[in-house]
Amino acid sequence: MADLSPIWLTLKLAAVTTLLLLVIGLPLAWWLSRGRSIIKTIIEAIITMPLVLPPSVLGFYLLLAFSPQRGVGKWLQQNFDVQFVFSFKGLVLASFIYSMPFMVAPVKSALQQLPITLAQASYTLGKTRRQTFINVLLPNIKPSLLTASVLTFAHTLGEFGVVLMIGGNIPNVTRVASIAVYDSVERMDYASANTYSLILLCITFIMVISVFLFNKYQAKSPLD
Amino acid sequence: MISIDIEKNLRAYQGKRTLKISRNFPAGSITKIYGPSGAGKTTFLKAIAGLITPENGKIIVNGEVWFDRSSGISLPPQKRMAGFVFQDYALFPNMTVHQHLEYATNDTVWINRLLTIGKLETLHDHKPAHLSGGQQQRLAILRALAIKPKVLLMDEPFSALDAETKKILLTELKAVFDELKATILIVTHNPSELDGLTKSELLIE
Repeated sequence: MADLSPIWLTLKLAAVTTLLLLVIGLPLAWWLSRGRSIIKTIIEAIITMPLVLPPSVLGFYLLLAFSPQRGVGKWLQQNFDVQFVFSFKGLVLASFIYSMPFMVAPVKSALQQLPITLAQASYTLGKTRRQTFINVLLPNIKPSLLTASVLTFAHTLGEFGVVLMIGGNIPNVTRVASIAVYDSVERMDYASANTYSLILLCITFIMVISVFLFNKYQAKSPLD
Repeated sequence: MISIDIEKNLRAYQGKRTLKISRNFPAGSITKIYGPSGAGKTTFLKAIAGLITPENGKIIVNGEVWFDRSSGISLPPQKRMAGFVFQDYALFPNMTVHQHLEYATNDTVWINRLLTIGKLETLHDHKPAHLSGGQQQRLAILRALAIKPKVLLMDEPFSALDAETKKILLTELKAVFDELKATILIVTHNPSELDGLTKSELLIE
């Protein structure tokens, strides 16, 4: 029987990353969806970069940036006793950055497609921007919100390069499922590799088919 | 009394032009606004509501400065609380008829009265997608009235109503308008439909 701790660690990482991105990514998507400016364009470009950047490159720079030997990493270690490199926190940070476009882009696009008069109608009723966002805008992009959350979760399940660079392969700490598959194959332990792979395959399939089924009345697929 | 003297640049089909309106609307009056498409009628209403900002001018409502370019005053729409009936209704797809009104006011007596006026009592738990065009338009009007506005801005509010429904609704609304003592501006493509309701008019060209 394969050690299932990498699966649990992966699920924990995906859940924490998705929750964090819901809290921070949604307001960010809302801000980006309202009007255009050069600052917004630059920030959006930075958020989108992980889609095209090799994960190992992102992981490498995160490793450098948060190394306890220098710079920010050293400062965090000395002042707050926080270490991102080779820790679960580091995996969360890397996943957060790496999966951000999967949360922000669909939500931003959905918000932009809502008629501007919806928010305007709410404002004329005396509602603040925050009340409008929570009561009017968010409930009307539910399918996209679900799609974004599932994509973020599923994408985090499959991360390899970036988490390997910043987290390494420490059992129960940073050894997530994708790394466990690679590690098992290297050790010629195909049975364990197959167990991890099959579990990931099933989880991913169930998640994607659930989005299709949930969104069928809106005629949206997870790719929309 | 609404005192308006504004300038707003418009991007029209023929190129850029400036909408200039200088006019006083007495308190409690009902004015119909008409003119060709793209003349700036909706822009004018939105400028009053604070949804867009004019380039120049002043808007003073019942002695309160809502907008004054020269002194940098521009109250947000939340503080102006002008009732607004949008041309596309702008109903919230996630809310039922009743929830639309509840979102605007906590006054249940007023909500029930509005539902009666709009003949939507039996449809109170329906969402906009399950209402006809005319019912949606009536809901948009009721929602704007729910906040008991002192200024009511209506952008083609009766276009989807049949003649009979319009006649009954206008009679009911007139009583509500009198009660609220609101100053009302109604944009229409069919000025004659408001005959008997309005005494003044504004042509925007």
